[in-house]
Amino acid sequence: MKKILKFTVFIFLCFNSNLISAEQSADLLKPGWSFKGFFGKFDRSSLQRGYQVYNEVCAACHSLNYLSYRNLSEKGGPEFSEEQVKIIASQFTVIDGPNSEGEMFERPARPSDKFVSPYANKQASIAANGGAYPPDMSVLVKARKGGADYIYSVLMGYQDPPANYELDDGVYYNTYMVGNKIKMSNPLMNDLVEYADGTPATVEQMSKDVVTFLAWTAEPHLESRHKMGFRAIVYLIIITILVYFSMKKIWSRIETEV
Amino acid sequence: MSDHSYTPDSKLGKWFNDRLPLLTLSKHLQDYPTPKNLNYWWTFGGILTFCLITQIVTGLILAMHYVAHADMAFESVEHIMRNVNYGWLIRYVHANGASMFFLAVYIHIFRSLYYGSYKSPREVIWIIGMIIYILMMAAAFMGYVLPWGQMSFWGATVITNLFSAIPLVGDSITTWLWGGYAVDNPTLTRFFSLHYLIPFLILGLVILHIWALHVPGNNNPIGIDLKKPSKDTVPFHPYIVIKDLFALLIFLIIFAFFVFYSPNILGHADNYIEANPMVTPAHIVPEWYLLPFYAILRSIPDKLLGVIAMFAAIFVLVILPWLDTSKVRSAVFRPLYKQFYWFLVLDVIVLGYVGAMPAEGIYLLVARVATAYYFAHFLIILPILGKKEKTLEVPISITDPVFGGSSDPSLAKNTNKEI
Repeated sequence: MKKILKFTVFIFLCFNSNLISAEQSADLLKPGWSFKGFFGKFDRSSLQRGYQVYNEVCAACHSLNYLSYRNLSEKGGPEFSEEQVKIIASQFTVIDGPNSEGEMFERPARPSDKFVSPYANKQASIAANGGAYPPDMSVLVKARKGGADYIYSVLMGYQDPPANYELDDGVYYNTYMVGNKIKMSNPLMNDLVEYADGTPATVEQMSKDVVTFLAWTAEPHLESRHKMGFRAIVYLIIITILVYFSMKKIWSRIETEV
Repeated sequence: MSDHSYTPDSKLGKWFNDRLPLLTLSKHLQDYPTPKNLNYWWTFGGILTFCLITQIVTGLILAMHYVAHADMAFESVEHIMRNVNYGWLIRYVHANGASMFFLAVYIHIFRSLYYGSYKSPREVIWIIGMIIYILMMAAAFMGYVLPWGQMSFWGATVITNLFSAIPLVGDSITTWLWGGYAVDNPTLTRFFSLHYLIPFLILGLVILHIWALHVPGNNNPIGIDLKKPSKDTVPFHPYIVIKDLFALLIFLIIFAFFVFYSPNILGHADNYIEANPMVTPAHIVPEWYLLPFYAILRSIPDKLLGVIAMFAAIFVLVILPWLDTSKVRSAVFRPLYKQFYWFLVLDVIVLGYVGAMPAEGIYLLVARVATAYYFAHFLIILPILGKKEKTLEVPISITDPVFGGSSDPSLAKNTNKEI
């Protein structure tokens, strides 16, 4: 038995350690996330602050195409009240239609609408950003090696380039980007947003909040997954123990050890 | 099917069984005499059956929500993850289930290699198993394409491009496979169709695999032929059923850790970026279970020869029963083979490792040496070893190990416990 377990762990370690560790510019910052680990949960107020940062800063260029406004009030997320979400949604305008006259028309967004994208299409977003595509942020945390740590590190990694370091116009120096070059200017500075709950809006705080928010947008069911996982594994362990003793009992009828 | 004499107790049962002997089959499966010294490495057959059923059931549900279209596939997967009730669970079980399936199949194959289960009279079981393995790789590869992420798209491009190495007709074949001049929507829809088909082919072959197994019966850790039924065997039910169930539960605990606590660790981050034919990822890597073959492919500088080597790496396994000339099955009694066996395991792990690394410098060199050794093991070492190796004395029974006439009970205990 032990052999099998050891072997399994060994095989996975062999393959995983190299898949994960391959090539990284600098060791990522690891601020520690509340949503990691067996009982990991999102910090509710951090999610709400993170939404504010996304909405006031990132949303100027980055879309969240796979999310709907209603998600903001769902369990396991920022858990704004339904009233709050209605107000949030109504601040955006969507094009609906055609109506009975065959015309497209504008109306305020409802909670059931998808997040309104800052640009009409991908080409428009590239044209508006000097040839760089601001990626959709819905699954960004899962789409980058290093995940939340990586996004956080990039947000914190803006620095002046070393002496004699050549940078083109519209390219910025970042410690954690591959090749140290990034086409997004430093999006955050202290007190860029004003948090409703009075938390000081330092770059560090805003980075942490917005990355927490993005971790939720990438895995909206993370909390129920962790909860269900714990129950499933406890259940499996109990039934395994029961089956083990049944097996011992059944095999005791013959002299061979199982 | 040995037990033809079975008659059901009830009248209805007898009536039915005379017309379709399903009850005879069920009786056979219950009573099937199984060697009593099977160790836990023998539980992976049951685990693999479970994996196949899990993949089919979860896949069926995913197919209800998935949209096989280049413009909508990625979005439909996100729809499953976000809006379908427990869609995240179904998808993570399916995605990690593929990895667990391969983990189990590799253990199953290497168990067979260690105990010589592929040898006469079990060659057909082995060959059917190899066909299943090849179909599994095809199904897994095509399944990985369906989310239409970057790694899906570029993996599909790299693998289908291999066929262009075939002389004269290569390019035509590739165009035919793609359904166009590049990997695009027609490629995706046919991959989806085939991905749905293959598991049922596998299911059919699994039935043949088990049927072929039930003709000679299981091999066992000491690799000897047994009288069946005898005091060396136990009925499949309840002895083996409960043991397989216990092993399956341990396996499920490991499975659950992946699904619930690191569902994406075995995948590649780039596959959460929607496929983009204009942007090539820095490294195109297949899933972990295909890496050893990928390393063999890349270790050969010529494209056509690389493709041939990769397919040959699977083909040598198919003809293994005739490459291994040793009369003794189990490595327990083959001291030299045992060492070469572990060296092969190491070699395959090394191949997997370098398969994940860029094909340059030291990695390329290691890949070449490991590839050469892989083929040498099967084509040179095994044929010679079978003739030259001095094997240990093999007992003639599990319960009464008689070594050349003298019984030694202490050895019997050792073989029961340690193997």
